[in-house]
Amino acid sequence: MRSYPPEIVAEVVLNGLLTGSVYGLVALGLTLVYGVLHIINFAHGALLTAAMFGVFVLHEGLGIDPYWALPVLAPVFFGFGYLLQRLVIGPAARGDDSNILLVTLGLSIVLENLLLAVFRSDTRTVRIPLANEMLEWGPMLIPAPRAIGFVVACIVALVLFLFLARSTTGQAIRAVAKERTGATLVGIDVAHIYAITFGIGTACLAVAACLLLPSFYVNPRVGNAFVLVAFTIVVLGGMGSVPGALLGGLFIGVVESLSGLYLGESLGQIGIFAIFILVLLVRPTGLFGAKA
Amino acid sequence: MKAILIFAAVAALLPVFVTANTVLNFAVFTLIVALAAQGWNILGGFGGQYSFGHAAFFGIGAYAVAILQMRYGVNPYAAFAAGIALGGIVGAAIGAMTFRAGLRGSYFALVTLAFAEVFRVLANSLAFTGGAAGLLIPLDVRPENFQFASRAGFYWIGLGLVVLVLLLSLWLSRSRLGAHLVAVRENEAAARALGVDIFAVKLQAIALSGAITAAAGGFYAQYFLYIDSSIAYGTWISVEALLAPIIGGAGTVFGPVMGAILLHALGEATRHLFGRIPGVDLMLFGAVLILVVRYPPRNLWRRA
Amino acid sequence: MILDVQGATKRFGGLLAVDSASFTVAEASITGLIGPNGAGKTTLFAMIAGFETPSAGRVFFAGRDVTGRTAHLLARDGLARTFQIVQPFAGLSVRENIAVGAFLRHPRRADALAAADAVALRLGLGPMLDSQASSLTVAGRKRLELARALATEPRLILLDEVLAGLNPSEIRDIIPVIRGIRDGGVTVLMIEHVMQAVMNLCETVHVLAQGRIIAAGTPAEVVRDPAVIEAYLGPGAAQKLAAQKLAAQKLAAHG
Repeated sequence: MRSYPPEIVAEVVLNGLLTGSVYGLVALGLTLVYGVLHIINFAHGALLTAAMFGVFVLHEGLGIDPYWALPVLAPVFFGFGYLLQRLVIGPAARGDDSNILLVTLGLSIVLENLLLAVFRSDTRTVRIPLANEMLEWGPMLIPAPRAIGFVVACIVALVLFLFLARSTTGQAIRAVAKERTGATLVGIDVAHIYAITFGIGTACLAVAACLLLPSFYVNPRVGNAFVLVAFTIVVLGGMGSVPGALLGGLFIGVVESLSGLYLGESLGQIGIFAIFILVLLVRPTGLFGAKA
Repeated sequence: MKAILIFAAVAALLPVFVTANTVLNFAVFTLIVALAAQGWNILGGFGGQYSFGHAAFFGIGAYAVAILQMRYGVNPYAAFAAGIALGGIVGAAIGAMTFRAGLRGSYFALVTLAFAEVFRVLANSLAFTGGAAGLLIPLDVRPENFQFASRAGFYWIGLGLVVLVLLLSLWLSRSRLGAHLVAVRENEAAARALGVDIFAVKLQAIALSGAITAAAGGFYAQYFLYIDSSIAYGTWISVEALLAPIIGGAGTVFGPVMGAILLHALGEATRHLFGRIPGVDLMLFGAVLILVVRYPPRNLWRRA
Repeated sequence: MILDVQGATKRFGGLLAVDSASFTVAEASITGLIGPNGAGKTTLFAMIAGFETPSAGRVFFAGRDVTGRTAHLLARDGLARTFQIVQPFAGLSVRENIAVGAFLRHPRRADALAAADAVALRLGLGPMLDSQASSLTVAGRKRLELARALATEPRLILLDEVLAGLNPSEIRDIIPVIRGIRDGGVTVLMIEHVMQAVMNLCETVHVLAQGRIIAAGTPAEVVRDPAVIEAYLGPGAAQKLAAQKLAAQKLAAHG
């Protein structure tokens, strides 16, 4: 392993934090869905890909800047997620763990290949003037889109945290997460809450997509790369924990950056998978509960 | 048993009546997927442990066949056997780790997915496996070299493998191991109370499963003569190996084979209807999966 | 004695579920384990049957120290158990369910199926052998649970509230079945709330309350024990009952 001068390492770590914040945002939706619906949503990656293509289409077709697309795409994807859970996943799952696995897998296959059929497998990028702007922070140069991404991701995480803690709907969501039967007994419409939670998850993905596209690329398979990263973050940060998702995201972002630096681009990806497998195998009781 | 023999006899006649290469190609490819699916079925159908990363085993078999031949001059048949053994060993290794840790359900599915991805990234990055360029097995058409001039040769070998595993599945469904495996699938606590060693049973299942799917991978490599990381370890085979048994009847003897035939027939039909648009067939498979889960059909075949 | 439990203790974090419970079970007997809800009976069973490891204490089965031995090995040693909430293999037929148990002693399918059929007949499940386990009534599932455990040819069987959820006539029907199990040479240790069955079947009864064994003896003795009465009805209940009884006797003598 080569050794690098501290300024390079620092910049790599910083980059990791910035990317990691958006990873955290991606993981937020996943952890929320797991914490409330108790399902592992295998379609999460494909939904992110769909959102990213949404941003792409809005930019290429209507000239809308990714950041301006945010207030449009987030509600649309919220609705999309709501309907998906209400009309497809919920009815098909019937509460059975294996069924949920298969349905979300099926969904991911359908979505990913639908995008493949429409957009083909070429990698696309969007070019916006902001993409090349650099911000100076001491001796380091930070790409503007990454900085914006970091700020927005943290704001969204904070808003979500407050929403869950303070609002009536947020309390209903937490009630359902804790004790589903009890929640039904006090009159909470559980199917509706499930759908809202799922919708929030996909909305977070839409936001993440808007933040990612200026500095990233999109092709029908890009979601897959994020799926395992998101799962790793959720496993690390604790299910249903919003702060956990963000912090876990930052940590993973740094790990990925450093792995990329020391192991090279392609091999670096293994760092995250290795952590993921290790955490699952060792599973300190502080993370997921005993019931798998 | 009778059904298996009848199926074998009828299927063996196909190349006698049909010589069109496209049809035989389709048939061989379907057999490969059927074999991989049969492997998945042992662990997922009989055992109830859903693996989302069976590509890990498929790829092991494929790369074993390619690398042993090309780098070490091993006879292709021996390389094929080695690939099968390796698939079993890797299966046992993954099983030992994951089952010891008590992983089941979604967590098990996730971990298998992760393993498949790790293998894919490794295969894509290391020179030993040909890196991103993949491996091209040299053309040397001799039966002793496991390469046949006509597709019929491959077809019959592939069919032989599938029939062998059909018999194996039948034996399993009637054996003590099979009964224990099914008990583990249905209710682990109750199985324990009846003297079933959960860990040992699952381990045997995943080793068998890995070996069979590795055979499919090895056969693929030998037939197509080219593999790379996304072919050998790609999600496409993890998906198809899972989809075929689920649709055809998980935990049955014929389920994976029927499912593979159905899926591929469906795929061909969509290709004719929609032309060469990539992904339409898989999209259909995904939709079928959702429908099958939503409206589970009565099992056509008797459950194991 | 076939079972000797010495000071079995189970702690779950801060909760002391079973506190130094000691008792023995005589071979070829029907022994009862009773106590109010939450006393720790099922946890005690779980420790004996290898589903939980004792935090302290020892368990001896047929003279061997089996403390902490895991469930499937104990089943092979001849210790079987049923579950409080029945756990059938829902996707299998009755015969296939019982066969899983029979396979423990009969590796060959034909033998296992024959043994399964024999057990089913003994427990009155003959007509239902080919039905799906999920189609059975509660009473049928209880019998299936029994049959499956018996198919492992145990020396000792732990029955966890096997009568729960049965109506009086079903209880009446199953009591001779349990007696028949003992008569066939299998020792029975049963957790039960249905007092009628306990009085009828058990030769010895141990009482567990708040994790501790508070009484042991014949059913008649145990039922009169003030400590047992207080465990079920609350503190001071024994005295109240005794006073009521005295008052009733006085009334009868003077009336």
